[in-house]
Amino acid sequence: MAEIQQQADSGKGGKKRAKKMSTKIDMTPMVDLAFLLLTFFMLTTTFSKPTVMQLNMPVKPKDNDDPSVIKASNAFTVLLGENNKIYYYDGLLDGTVKPELVASSYDANGIRKTLLQRRQANPEVVVLIKPVDKSNYKNMVDILDEMNITDQKKYALVDISKADEDLIKTSGL
Amino acid sequence: MPKVKPHRTSPSLDMTPMVDLAFLLVTFFMLTTKFAPEEAVVVDTPSSTSEIRLPESHVITISVDKDKRVFFGMDDAKPKLDLLTRVGAKYGVSFSAAQAKTFSNLSSFGVPVQQLPDFLSRDNEQRKAIRQPGIPADSLNNQFIDWVVEAQAASRKEFGKPAYIAIKGDGNADVPTVKKVIQLLQDKNINRFNLITDLESKPVAGK
Repeated sequence: MAEIQQQADSGKGGKKRAKKMSTKIDMTPMVDLAFLLLTFFMLTTTFSKPTVMQLNMPVKPKDNDDPSVIKASNAFTVLLGENNKIYYYDGLLDGTVKPELVASSYDANGIRKTLLQRRQANPEVVVLIKPVDKSNYKNMVDILDEMNITDQKKYALVDISKADEDLIKTSGL
Repeated sequence: MPKVKPHRTSPSLDMTPMVDLAFLLVTFFMLTTKFAPEEAVVVDTPSSTSEIRLPESHVITISVDKDKRVFFGMDDAKPKLDLLTRVGAKYGVSFSAAQAKTFSNLSSFGVPVQQLPDFLSRDNEQRKAIRQPGIPADSLNNQFIDWVVEAQAASRKEFGKPAYIAIKGDGNADVPTVKKVIQLLQDKNINRFNLITDLESKPVAGK
């Protein structure tokens, strides 16, 4: 560390000569300070900007346009339930047909596998994503992310219908 | 014969180049650092595998937190003044120059326009203590969409192009609120959304 300049004992009393002070300054504290500041700025600097996920919604149909109809054989519906639950069924839901609801999960062997299988079996598949009102935004982002991972050509965020909610209730999953 | 003493050099190093280097780096970091702006609300974004980066400038950030509150933020200071006068004129609220200056420094806010002058005239500490109710965004009192539309107009006037709209939702935010925001924007023919997320690694195939 910094050494203290010793008062040089001139053993003999005698002529007092002006002592030559050394012009050397101890730089160690200066370096300490500099590196302290340096580390502070290095740690507070954010190098990474957040990423964004793009979501394209369909353009609102004009009043005289018919909404596009999906063939039941091409439809695959994913329901996002509350408490991070996720279900899916094939085909469409209407008054006569009751599709079988299957519970799934967000991990790699859950919905992702199913989505990949559906796409291999039928390249025309359209995925309808219906979040329940009590589901959270994280689930929505996760499932949209799965769409990107499994490279789905067509998918849409759709409002949930009463029938879908009843299906979840009655299935008891 | 007296012994020849080896000349002992003192073990102190010359630190000057070290200091030079250190201060060079320090000044570099000081000049390049942009401090993270203070957000009105802490939002914990979910993660996704998307690798598109958020643009550096001209971004409008719409934050949705877990209590269904909607916040509006814009990063360009200049169109913000324009935006404030426009929205103020629409609702018959006027702002002093000092309030407008404070507003251009705010990164995001979530109060109805009627309470905004009072909110802006407080100092920083008080402003942090206030619990902001969020911007009204329902069919009866839809100030939120006015902010977005006017911000786009101000941005077009200033830079010749509309700003980039990013939605920053909390992982625990509820879907209806986010969907409501999306629907409001769709009513204004904005159909491409950018959801701010954290980066997570892509799953490896064959797993």
